[in-house]
Amino acid sequence: MSALNTFSYDVLVIGAGGAGLRAAIEAAGQGVSVGLICKSLLGKAHTVMAEGGIAAAMGNVDDRDNWQVHFADTMRGGQYVNNWRMAELHAKEAPDRVRELEAWGAVFDRTLDGKILQRNFGGHRYPRLAHVGDRTGLELIRTLQDHTVYLGVTVHMEHTVIDLLMDEGRVAGALAYERERGRFHVFAAKAVILATGGVGRAYRVTSNSWEGTGDGHGLAYRAGAELIDMEFVQIHPTGMVWPPSVKGILVTEGVRGEGGVLKNSEGNRFMFGDIPDNYKLQTAADAEEGWRYTQGDKTARRPPELLTRDHVARCIMREVKAGRGSPHGGVYLDIAWIKEKIANAPEHIKRKLPSMYHQFKQLADLDITKESMEVGPTTHYIMGGIRVNADTQESTVPGLFAAGECAAGINGANRLGGNSLSDLIVFGKRAGEYAAAYAKRRTAPTLDTQAIDAGIQESLKPFDRGHASGNPYTVQSDLQDTMQDLVGIVRLETEMQEALARLAALNARAASAGVDGHREYHSGWHTYLDLRNLLAVSEAITRSAIERKESRGGHFRDDYPDKDPAFSLFNVAVALDATGAMRVSRNPIPDMPAELKQVIEDQKQ
Amino acid sequence: MAQAIFRIWRGGSDGAGAFVDYTTEVSEGMVVLDAVHRVQADQAPDMACRWNCKAGKCGSCSAEINGNPKLMCMTRLNTLDLSEPVTIEPMRAFPPIKDLVTDVSWNFRVKPGIKKFAPRKPDAADGTWRMSQRDIDRVQEFRKCIECFLCQDVCHVVREHKKHDEGFIGPRYFVYSAALEMHPLDTTERLGDLKNSQGLGYCNITKCCTNVCPEHIHITDNAIIPLKERVVDRFYDPVTRLLRVLRS
Repeated sequence: MSALNTFSYDVLVIGAGGAGLRAAIEAAGQGVSVGLICKSLLGKAHTVMAEGGIAAAMGNVDDRDNWQVHFADTMRGGQYVNNWRMAELHAKEAPDRVRELEAWGAVFDRTLDGKILQRNFGGHRYPRLAHVGDRTGLELIRTLQDHTVYLGVTVHMEHTVIDLLMDEGRVAGALAYERERGRFHVFAAKAVILATGGVGRAYRVTSNSWEGTGDGHGLAYRAGAELIDMEFVQIHPTGMVWPPSVKGILVTEGVRGEGGVLKNSEGNRFMFGDIPDNYKLQTAADAEEGWRYTQGDKTARRPPELLTRDHVARCIMREVKAGRGSPHGGVYLDIAWIKEKIANAPEHIKRKLPSMYHQFKQLADLDITKESMEVGPTTHYIMGGIRVNADTQESTVPGLFAAGECAAGINGANRLGGNSLSDLIVFGKRAGEYAAAYAKRRTAPTLDTQAIDAGIQESLKPFDRGHASGNPYTVQSDLQDTMQDLVGIVRLETEMQEALARLAALNARAASAGVDGHREYHSGWHTYLDLRNLLAVSEAITRSAIERKESRGGHFRDDYPDKDPAFSLFNVAVALDATGAMRVSRNPIPDMPAELKQVIEDQKQ
Repeated sequence: MAQAIFRIWRGGSDGAGAFVDYTTEVSEGMVVLDAVHRVQADQAPDMACRWNCKAGKCGSCSAEINGNPKLMCMTRLNTLDLSEPVTIEPMRAFPPIKDLVTDVSWNFRVKPGIKKFAPRKPDAADGTWRMSQRDIDRVQEFRKCIECFLCQDVCHVVREHKKHDEGFIGPRYFVYSAALEMHPLDTTERLGDLKNSQGLGYCNITKCCTNVCPEHIHITDNAIIPLKERVVDRFYDPVTRLLRVLRS
């Protein structure tokens, strides 16, 4: 214990993607000391993978857009189990957060009159996504990173948090290890903000990087916080399916926003055959109208390819299962066809979708300006996460805040594309602001040295056991197969019960896995340490999915294929009970204020 | 299934180490990073390598493959001769940490030394600016940079001459500076620093950086040479010097 380095901050931010960086900027601006821990090097977080844009109702391209429309779109997309207060704050504040990025040096694509350009995206009524080609996430993270480095925030790169430290029921800091030497460090903090992103590595096919192991979810859960909506996992309809080594890598929805169409092996645009009733009025009647919509015709309605992600993903699965898929188990996504409509189409495609052009050219030897892509569903995002206060982002544990993907509420049962980057900056800012205010009210916490010693001892056990007792990589791999096969895009009670049994066995295997060698930059050891969080979130997803006996948004059950109004009244919550088991409960959704109800009615038409 | 040999550097922070041959199965469409992962999972769990996105967007998995600085995730095996062992080693311009991982912290220390972005007053009453797309095309090219530091690795001013110890900031930060200098809204002056303390003059435009850039940024032609021209205009052009003298 005495040999440990200890750092003390007013506010400790865990995670340096969009939400963590925005939180750190805000907290530093409030005049408190801020430490920022990131699992990778600064600027490498999964935010860089976001492609399409940032949803914000600025009305630069279509002046009919405003916060009310954005709010109603978000609630409809989330199937009305969202935290309506978060959806309201998000719709109202996103435009200011985007303009602020421009003041910090972000360079968005422009309209002809020189404003920030906005593009169409699934589920958004008007062109709403501020973007930079198809690399908006990189622009966001680099802008925030470059702004942060001048603010006196201390960044601890390649550190991973093992446990949160507690002091009489309040958060007191974190125990972490650094990858380079494998040493442990203690971080004392008056307030902690979790901004750790998602859980995609619990699945075999995912668009997420290795970092998405549900660290924040697991840390908060073990510290006693409540997780909600964990059954809602977003499957993005278009991931790469070939070659095998890149299976799951994202193909941006922007391809469809720019006019790309989905076809089956018979050449049919199958999406026209399955348009949900609540979207019929907003969906194009034919291919011609859909094309006009993508080209900015305000009188046209959007093509069915731009329906919500959960729906498009299931339609693709159906085509594949019916034997109408592409050779490698996906369907075709065709942007090359637009050469029938516009001159210089190859140049246009390369300018609008440069990353996609390079990604397919380099990884699949395929020229998207000439040929169709093969795409299929990939695990992309979790709507569920740490339950937070909508205004302050504080969790159910005092002093513990959360923002971004690891927090829950704004997205309900399904997130609209583009609402993630805006979520990061709107609620990252709020988390930073309120965590700083909380820290100012608090005295320095007392560190629990016993818990620190126990955390270190536990973390080092795999070295005592050695590699021969079990390989952490195979445990992780078997976990991914379990979740992919049994708690994936289409769910069944019997399969999920089987998943619970397998997860219990995997927990036992994880507890006996071991590694050889030294602690310096040891990938096997890191994989071992990630397992605990991956297993916790997998159990949370499975138990929550069993509890919700209906189909809604990102949660589809073959044994309950319809939406059930009774299930629109609550969120499923999980928390650690006194015996160390996972308790499942139902949290009633508070009644929406009349003026917000009216906004939704007004937008229904 | 076919097999191939990967000759991977295993070594510690003292620089000592050796290449170790790993034979592993290879299949269609694989990239070098897949092979490294397969070796990690099956044969060498303690082998160190950085990676994140596996799609060429984060710039973490930089390495030297058969001597060429590349991203491991974007180097397909069918572009390499698999009848010979494929050598994979860390970026050699940076201090080693372990195996394929190097200490790139110098890069992170450079950035705060470059004067930050400071926009002009907003153009519109609502606090927003107007810029035309044509005026930002070049800046957007520079902002594609994923900070993989391959350009820094290959730059001989860093690699052979160690001028970064004397303040040379390297191609990555010339691109960063150029993006700020050419930003239509920016009001800060950086040419003096580039000339006096950041070593712009050391670059003798051999274009090694441009050749290895995975984002195909025209580092030399579009960033470094225009910066050099601006420095010349600002500090050495006799007509503008005379004008400055007369004005003062």
